[in-house]
Amino acid sequence: MDAGEALLLLLLIPGAAMLLTILVPSRHANVVRWIALVATTATLIDSIWIFAVYDFAEGGYQFNLQYPWIENIGFLGENGISLHLAVDGIAAPMVLLNGLVGFAGVLVSWKITHRVKDFFILFMALFTGVYGVYIGQDLFFWFFAYELAVLPMYLLIVIWGSTNKEYGAMKLTMVLVGGSVLIFVGIFAVFAEAGAGTFDMAVLRDIEFDRGFANTFFPFFMIGCGVLAGLFPFHTWSPDGHVAAPTAVSMLHAGVLMKLGAFGIIRLGMEILPAGTDFWMPVLLVLGGVAAVYGAISAIHQTDLKFVIGYSSVSHMGFVLMGLGTMNNIGVNGAVLQMFSHGVMTALFFAMVGGLYDQAHTRDIRVFGGLVRKMPLFVIFFGIAGLTSLGLPGLSGFVAEFHIFVGTIDTFPLFAALGILSAALTAIYVLRLMGRAALGPFNPRWENLKELSRWEIAAAIVLIAPIIAMGVWPDPFIDRIAPTVAELPKIDQIGGLFTLSSLTGR
Amino acid sequence: MDLEYQLIIPEFVMAGLAVVIIAAALAFRNVDQKWFGYATAAALAVIAVVTAVAYWDTSDDFGGVLAVDHFTVLFRVFFLGIAFFTVIAAVQFAGDRLKNHAEFYGLIIFATLGMMLLAASRELLTAYLSLELLSFSFYILVGFNKLNPFSNEGSLKYMLLGAFSSALMLYGISLIYGVTGSTTYSAIGPDVVEGTRSIAGQLASFAGGSGGVDPDGARPGLLIGLVLITAGLGFKVSAVPFHQWTPDAYQGAPLPITAFLSAGGKAAAFAFFLRLFSEAFLPAAAEWVWFVGILAAVTMIVGNLMALQQTNFKRLMAYSSISQVGYLLVGIVALDAANITQSQDAASALVLHLIGYVTTNIAVFAAIIAFYNRTGRDDIVDLRGLAERQPFLAFAIAAALFSLAGMPLFAGFATKFIIFQAAFNNGFLWLGAIGVTASFVSLYYYLMVIKQMYLYEPEGSDRARFHVSRPLAGALVVLVAGVLFIGLYPTPLFDVIHSSTEGLFEQAAALSASVVGN
Repeated sequence: MDAGEALLLLLLIPGAAMLLTILVPSRHANVVRWIALVATTATLIDSIWIFAVYDFAEGGYQFNLQYPWIENIGFLGENGISLHLAVDGIAAPMVLLNGLVGFAGVLVSWKITHRVKDFFILFMALFTGVYGVYIGQDLFFWFFAYELAVLPMYLLIVIWGSTNKEYGAMKLTMVLVGGSVLIFVGIFAVFAEAGAGTFDMAVLRDIEFDRGFANTFFPFFMIGCGVLAGLFPFHTWSPDGHVAAPTAVSMLHAGVLMKLGAFGIIRLGMEILPAGTDFWMPVLLVLGGVAAVYGAISAIHQTDLKFVIGYSSVSHMGFVLMGLGTMNNIGVNGAVLQMFSHGVMTALFFAMVGGLYDQAHTRDIRVFGGLVRKMPLFVIFFGIAGLTSLGLPGLSGFVAEFHIFVGTIDTFPLFAALGILSAALTAIYVLRLMGRAALGPFNPRWENLKELSRWEIAAAIVLIAPIIAMGVWPDPFIDRIAPTVAELPKIDQIGGLFTLSSLTGR
Repeated sequence: MDLEYQLIIPEFVMAGLAVVIIAAALAFRNVDQKWFGYATAAALAVIAVVTAVAYWDTSDDFGGVLAVDHFTVLFRVFFLGIAFFTVIAAVQFAGDRLKNHAEFYGLIIFATLGMMLLAASRELLTAYLSLELLSFSFYILVGFNKLNPFSNEGSLKYMLLGAFSSALMLYGISLIYGVTGSTTYSAIGPDVVEGTRSIAGQLASFAGGSGGVDPDGARPGLLIGLVLITAGLGFKVSAVPFHQWTPDAYQGAPLPITAFLSAGGKAAAFAFFLRLFSEAFLPAAAEWVWFVGILAAVTMIVGNLMALQQTNFKRLMAYSSISQVGYLLVGIVALDAANITQSQDAASALVLHLIGYVTTNIAVFAAIIAFYNRTGRDDIVDLRGLAERQPFLAFAIAAALFSLAGMPLFAGFATKFIIFQAAFNNGFLWLGAIGVTASFVSLYYYLMVIKQMYLYEPEGSDRARFHVSRPLAGALVVLVAGVLFIGLYPTPLFDVIHSSTEGLFEQAAALSASVVGN
């Protein structure tokens, strides 16, 4: 497939929406909202198209598009820094994920009334940055987009956030930018060591780096990106940040931004410095396993709804890191599936919590009860997210976690047990949450609660569709992810692929 | 010798312009003083355009004293631009808070003239005199608000330490003269090659203990001279530990002069630094690279850590500019005697970062001047709620501060990326790592300012929205656009810079060719 312009559109549409929004006078709040909605609708359609058209029989990087940006100056050679875009089977679902979550994010942000214009400008900047990370094939551009995705968070949280927002925003920004310092140093080191005069990943992937060099600089990428993925023990920014952030930002943040970290480990670590994986991937697996259990235990103890989900994100991202750490095709496959699954699920969680909080002005689980009487749709949607989270078969979480556990049993059976334990712990806090807040005896204090707005319902439906789709028919995802994962360097091939096609013998 | 005097017409015109402006104020006492400012700005703009268009393809070396080459012309235009934006930003400020406007603008022009000559100098005494012309203008300008005790204090500190540093530098120059027998860069360069050889020879003879007294025993004087000149320059650019005057001078000076000092003063000193170290001292790079490297590291670390605790915006910017000096020094460290291509890349990276930094810094100060014109306050907490009162100013400050912190979209990201890359390529991984970490720290205090503007509601008696005067707003738009442009597409600017730094290394290239030939 050579329709790279479709990828360029993913950057141009939100970018143009951002510029257009700047030009609209701030009193026309509705115009601003509609611009954002039209732009995210367009990118969603584009994302779906890219996901659908990606030719999985051919595999590899497709939709290649390369324009020179800064080249032949100083130390930079031909194509030194270029706008090089492409997607592989791992990036394709991630692009789709960003399209879905961004679109739903705009829908739930409809009710924002404070400085609407500024909100959507920053939202679009973040949204563009995330796309840039998923489709960028040039380290300079990749890092540029990475920072662009992280930076607006500070203002988004500080201006529109709640609950200890100054602390949460500053902590989040400093920890994440601290991580990107490591990435920055790593990128420089790779560039200088390669001596190719280019930041193009396609070139750097083909260079065999010395084992000692790879072992030294792999952790720069693993920890630098891992911080964003909630790598234990650098995860504490994540619950604080989630709680402080406004709804749509929490959605994008937990849904998409944390995935950038895991994605970065694949792109920078596993693809460019494969020689370092032997030494470091077991470490990642252990840390991921610890995060999975630790996050689940912490979630059980929380009373604030958003903290519960924040820690459950740490726990689920721990699964992703475990999956990557297995370094076999099934485990890594599961990690990518989990990135997608957790992305839509947690976005749904945060959308629902936001819908509740805006009316109730509290998120304390202990004061809720019997919400199903007032908000049945809320309870249904929230329940779906919860069941996905605990890995109910038929929903996307099961497919993903199953892969991860199968992969882990093959490498570190002990940690597979740990993972399954934490999935059980997830069941505890999710079911308790449902039992207490949603069902249980009705608390008359909530007599005036109203059902979700139609914007929120629309957002929920957009997010639930892929959860169910992936739960009952994961083939479209696995078909794209599996061949790409199999082509990653240093991946062990174990067993066959767990796909419907392999079962039916097609 | 046939000297092409027409090539230094811009300098003559500048000197004349300063005199004319000051004299005109005596002749036209009834004219509104702001017209002197606009007349100065217009004249500067015209000179800048004419210089850029008519002088780009000219060159002459004036017997090794002054060079008119691409580097000179680039910096001429750059300095004129700095002065232009400073004057535009200063007009309303001067009208409200200063007296004797014409002298104010005249001194700015003299300082600019000093900068232009400094960038062109290829001889140590000429450079020294240009530097003094620049410094003396600044001593007066910093104390221009003569009824304000802070202004006087800043001026006095600046002058005393400035005189001290000049003495250090002069002593260094005399040592260099003693060792090499010349003060022109073109003559020093070859001697330095021999000098370093004899230093290396001496060290070898010390170590081996076999050789007798080296006939060139005076050559280590070269090293001491280098250290002294670097120390003197360290004062001028305010590198740690020679930075103590900076916060006081910055805080005491009238705001437009703080802007001019942090932009023009630094840029000129670095133009001198770069020309001196690449033309005269490059062959001895092995001798000085380590202490300049330490200077850079300490400057980055201390500048950023001190900035963390500031409450006054001007002092914050003073420490922030100190840390920026550290990043710029990284460019000097990345000069490599053995690899001329690498050296030129480093020099271009330095100039690019310098231009990016100066554009950004003037944008910050122009916005702060607009704020100060309205409120008369310059503490960080006074910026509370600026996003509500004047969204454009808040946006300009936020964009510029993000750029200083090295965030993407803005100039600081691209230019820091390139300058640290130069250090990495020269094997200074540790220095680059310190630089990246230091700019990470800097993000914290820039965010503290941005937080004040965006997070809080306006406080105090004056909460109304306000307008920024048109010329100032226009200048701000241009500056912010420049910051974005350099950040997103630095290639054209880098090409211009790269062609201008080429001349700096012709001599070194010829020398290394001859060394290889031997």
